[in-house]
Amino acid sequence: MGTELFQPTWKKVAWYAVLTALAVVILFPVYMTFVRAISQPRAYVLAGQPPWPVHPEWDAFSRAFSLGDLGRKFLVSAVVTTVIVAAQLTTSTLAAYAFTFLQFPFRRLLFYVFMATLMLPIEVTLIPNVQTIRSLDWLNSYPGLVAPFLATAFGTFLLRQGFRGIPRDLLDASQLDGFGHLAFLRRVAIPVTRPVVASFAVIAFLSAWNQYTWPRAVVTEGRWETVQIGLKTVTATTAEQNNLGFAAALVVALPILVLLIVLQRQIVRGLTAGAVKG
Amino acid sequence: MSEVAFDGVTKRFGEVTAVDQLTLDIADGEFMVLLGPSGCGKTTALRMIAGLETVTEGTLRIGDRVVNDVEAKDRDIAMVFQSYALYPHMTVARNIESPLVARRFHVDADAPPRKLTAAERSERVDQAARSLGLTDLMGRKPAALSGGQRQRVALARAIVARPSAFLMDEPLSNLDAKLRAQTRIELVELHERLATTFVYVTHDQVEAMTMADRIAVLNEGRLQQVGPPQAVYERPHNLFVARFIGSPPMNTVPGTVVRTDTGVAVQLGGQRIDLDPVAHEPLADGTEVVIGVRPEHLAVDPDGQVKAQVRAVEWLGHERLVVCDLAEHHITVRQSSGAEPVAPGDVLALTADPAHVHLFDPNTTERLN
Ligand SMILES: Nc1ncnc2c1ncn2[C@@H]1O[C@H](COP(=O)(O)OP(=O)(O)OP(=O)(O)O)[C@@H](O)[C@H]1O
Ligand SMILES: [Mg+2]
Repeated sequence: MGTELFQPTWKKVAWYAVLTALAVVILFPVYMTFVRAISQPRAYVLAGQPPWPVHPEWDAFSRAFSLGDLGRKFLVSAVVTTVIVAAQLTTSTLAAYAFTFLQFPFRRLLFYVFMATLMLPIEVTLIPNVQTIRSLDWLNSYPGLVAPFLATAFGTFLLRQGFRGIPRDLLDASQLDGFGHLAFLRRVAIPVTRPVVASFAVIAFLSAWNQYTWPRAVVTEGRWETVQIGLKTVTATTAEQNNLGFAAALVVALPILVLLIVLQRQIVRGLTAGAVKG
Repeated sequence: MSEVAFDGVTKRFGEVTAVDQLTLDIADGEFMVLLGPSGCGKTTALRMIAGLETVTEGTLRIGDRVVNDVEAKDRDIAMVFQSYALYPHMTVARNIESPLVARRFHVDADAPPRKLTAAERSERVDQAARSLGLTDLMGRKPAALSGGQRQRVALARAIVARPSAFLMDEPLSNLDAKLRAQTRIELVELHERLATTFVYVTHDQVEAMTMADRIAVLNEGRLQQVGPPQAVYERPHNLFVARFIGSPPMNTVPGTVVRTDTGVAVQLGGQRIDLDPVAHEPLADGTEVVIGVRPEHLAVDPDGQVKAQVRAVEWLGHERLVVCDLAEHHITVRQSSGAEPVAPGDVLALTADPAHVHLFDPNTTERLN
């Protein structure tokens, strides 16, 4: 990091050019979504689909919101996401802790079995899981929406990587100080690996918020639909009002944007942790 | 304040026997150094005292309590780790306070132990910090400290709970030579001030010699010898201790005892070293031995019985080490730099100080005289 300070100017300029180009590539679709969301659809097509707004209509967002009944769906998504993120943080932390610091029979084997579930895409487990949820009579309910996602091999793996960087001596010192495992986890392990925990929280949030296949499978009543299903409904029902689809997409992505901005420092540190030592 | 007693203690990790039948009494208030080469089981022995490793066999006592099944936190022990094991996200103050937070202490006479109040904790933290000169660093995190400062924080964290014994695992090995020498002195002073049992692990014999009341020499998990530094140096019980303690190490050369009318001697190839006839009364003619003489107990002497050819001379400033060939062995002679210069190729006549000749049994490696 520090070396950048001493780079010659031309090198800095080159770097910034590359970064700017990348930023444009990434932000351009977001910008175009915004352009299309506020443009009057017919006028926009007639104007030749330019990369700027045509006949801006600022009420597109509120219309999209009510058309998709996004208020109720935001609530469902918020509850589902909060429960999933909280549960995944808890279970992954505890499991990662056990796999890192505790000795028990078949520890390695269990860990590999656990990790093997990473290789199963949701499509493989979808049907048996739906059948389980149905047999529990949990279709159209919060338990049905969250149950399969309360634990995750990915989070366990990520946090275990973080915990493995903690020197064993810290655990020993903590035990001599009279703290048990839970206290060590709370006082030392989590604070020391905070960037990793934060990155994982963001990843968990993203995947919970963006879920589509699973809610589709276990929800048949409109009032249990999540925002992503609502988004699909808006885009499907408004073929000649397609600006509302773009508007809804932006509205639905808003919480993610806020989260990324708030946690960006932590995330960058989490993603580069281990890559750069010291 | 407590004594620590190992009684036939063995620790096995699967196939590996890290500590083998260790019996060792560490007196109350003693500064005991566990000394031995890498992998000899020093750390394992220390961790058993701390309660961080279980005892496979035997009994371990602290004070009058058998602690085999007592948890680490209930042993009233503090440990300074080689890595210092400071909590990286906590300030110096919080690091030092850590042992006071969860445990219960005997504060009030006749009352059961209780947790300390925040005020009591901060008073003890301040006191520990002051005694180690850390007062100005209390708000810093460990990453912002020098190696020596970290080491002090680790010491402060150890003394803050006023434990009945201190365990230290190579606490000086991460310091530079100058700081190490200074800290050795400070540790001895700390020991005197606290008057508490110290168990100190090192592979560095200088640390052992300079600080210990007694040294316990370990090799391959087994205790080789226990005693005050000088006694261990002057009368090593076996060849391992003889060669391990002392720098440069003791010269050890195999030979045979010869008895003549005039006395006793050891025959080395074509040469002889006379022994003190009284001290070596029991040695039979023809006994195979290993003779050991420390470099400083060999002297160049025109009447010397032993002839050795100089191979190399190492000049160290205040002294020099003369490495010679004797039969097919190398021996080292320590000379002050004022002595008559010698050069490679010279043949020296050497005498060994008879009061400092050590004999060992080549089979059992035990001391014979
Ligand atoms: N947790 C463990 N599992 C298996 N073997 C171990 C374990 N801890 C120590 N050992 C083994 O026990 C023996 C003694 O180790 P120990 O750490 O006590 O040595 P040491 O004297 O402290 O060495 P050093 O000077 O290198 O620190 C070594 O052979 C080591 O490999
Ligand atoms: Mg060790």
